[in-house]
Amino acid sequence: MNGAEDRPAAARSEGTDRKLADRLQRAALPLAVFVGLMALWEAVVDVLKIPTYLVPAPSAVFLAFIRGFAEAHYLFHALITGAQAVMGFLVGTALCLAIGVLVVVFPTMERIVYPYIVALQTVPKVAIAPLMIVWFGFGIESKIVIVALVSLFPVLVNVIAGLKSIDQDRLDLMSALSASRWQILRYLRFPNALPFIFAGLNTAIVFSVIGAIVGEFVGSNRGLGFLILQANFALDIAAAFALFVVLSIMGVTLHFTLQYIQTRVVFWAESEEFFRH
Amino acid sequence: MLSSNISGPEPAAAGATAAAPSIALEIAHLTMIYARGRTAVHALDEITLSVRDREFVAIVGPSGCGKSTLLKLISGLRLPNRGAIRLYGRAVEGPRKDVGIVFQSPILLAWRTVLENVMLPIDVLGLPQETYRRKAVALLELVGLGGFADMYPQELSGGMQQRAAIARALVYDAPLLLMDEPFGALDAMTREQMNLELQRIWSAQRKTVVFITHSIAEAVFLADRMVVMSPRPGRILKIIDNPMPRARTLDDMLKPEFGELVRQVRGLLGGQAGGEL
Ligand SMILES: Nc1ncnc2c1ncn2[C@@H]1O[C@H](COP(=O)(O)OP(=O)(O)O)[C@@H](O)[C@H]1O
Ligand SMILES: [Mg+2]
Repeated sequence: MNGAEDRPAAARSEGTDRKLADRLQRAALPLAVFVGLMALWEAVVDVLKIPTYLVPAPSAVFLAFIRGFAEAHYLFHALITGAQAVMGFLVGTALCLAIGVLVVVFPTMERIVYPYIVALQTVPKVAIAPLMIVWFGFGIESKIVIVALVSLFPVLVNVIAGLKSIDQDRLDLMSALSASRWQILRYLRFPNALPFIFAGLNTAIVFSVIGAIVGEFVGSNRGLGFLILQANFALDIAAAFALFVVLSIMGVTLHFTLQYIQTRVVFWAESEEFFRH
Repeated sequence: MLSSNISGPEPAAAGATAAAPSIALEIAHLTMIYARGRTAVHALDEITLSVRDREFVAIVGPSGCGKSTLLKLISGLRLPNRGAIRLYGRAVEGPRKDVGIVFQSPILLAWRTVLENVMLPIDVLGLPQETYRRKAVALLELVGLGGFADMYPQELSGGMQQRAAIARALVYDAPLLLMDEPFGALDAMTREQMNLELQRIWSAQRKTVVFITHSIAEAVFLADRMVVMSPRPGRILKIIDNPMPRARTLDDMLKPEFGELVRQVRGLLGGQAGGEL
């Protein structure tokens, strides 16, 4: 009756083997294209004698990448940027949840708060970044504030939408049990909002890395953003490219970590994106 | 054998007088008009009805005649424009703990297991977990979901989900059970099966049931009395006694008395719900 249990173990492991083979096969083509592109890039740079300070060859980027970790403390700077992004992201998320709950539990709050949220969203956060450096200093605090501001909006919109999107039937079910507002929030609205919230978080995690880099551009003496500025000033374009690679590795890691948490927390709603690959 | 395990603390109001069957529910001159923009929908008109303790009453009427509205008024989820409802001697002024509701759709929460869904009223009402967990498990046994306690609702069929919803309505000892076309979405075979089970649960649990349906056969099969309603605005056309002995079997539906009762109800409905038999 209940599928997986009844199937013999051999059949199941055969199934996973086939899945693995399928995956390898599907990964093969993109991988081949990637290698081809790198080779082409290398060849073009070599043949046309393009100077390294304009476009470095992949081999130069690779060398800069290795040298960066070995000699220039890339790992330390990446951890700084990552920590700022994650902490700002968490602060922003906590703030959104608090505002969302207030707005949903006390509906009049929405009319009061919403104009400010929209106003905040229409201001480019990059424009506020220098001010945050003035207010919160050169260190990690100003970056956390900038990241929180940048990643706030997509989460907030989804938190509010998620907490509000409850059909009347479910509310009737809770009302029939004389549930209080807080009980309705705890047992119904909040779990119901989780898939929405994670949709917002997935956007916000990308924004948070952008926010951290912007913060470092505007004022800092550590982090990947700081290193990128340094590399650009030094016309060390190979290093700049290597740093882009580090940034994208960080972005991908954060993205998939979040996706993993999502499949654990929102286990009842399938995360399509995660399974499609 | 299960009933001793399942019947929890006897509600104070119910069964106070063992000899003469007491009145569970009294509805007097109930009128409900929905204001919808500039138009008003006259849903119920002058409904007067008494339901005895442990009686099974079916309400039959064409679609849109106000059956669900009546149920929402009895449960205190909505308040009437005119008229009064008394439940176990107390006026209904809002949702109450002595009413269990089974809605048209199961309305189970996807993030809770079947057992946790059945326990939802216990969590909301703050009743002792240990005692009621045992009761919930026994109820799942009673509705034929013994082996499914730890599964999630989306893993169950429609009929099984509706059974879980019935267990949820029974778990907190409410003496009155309101059911709003609970089997409307099921296929004919499953529906007959569910009717048999409901009859069994009703006699094991000694509940008072108000059962809404637009299936004439279902009403006659289940009820001690059939309340036949007119099209909107819903009025009571007639209340028909059903003396057929318990426990009824599906074969009873072939008896001439059964056919006669069905004919009587259908005659009152003027063929409007004729297609339902
Ligand atoms: N919340 C509401 N607002 C306005 N009209 C409603 C509302 N609920 C039900 N009605 C109307 O009242 C009438 C009775 O509805 P309902 O009680 O759901 O009937 P039934 O359950 O018998 O099909 C219908 O015409 C319906 O459109
Ligand atoms: Mg209805």
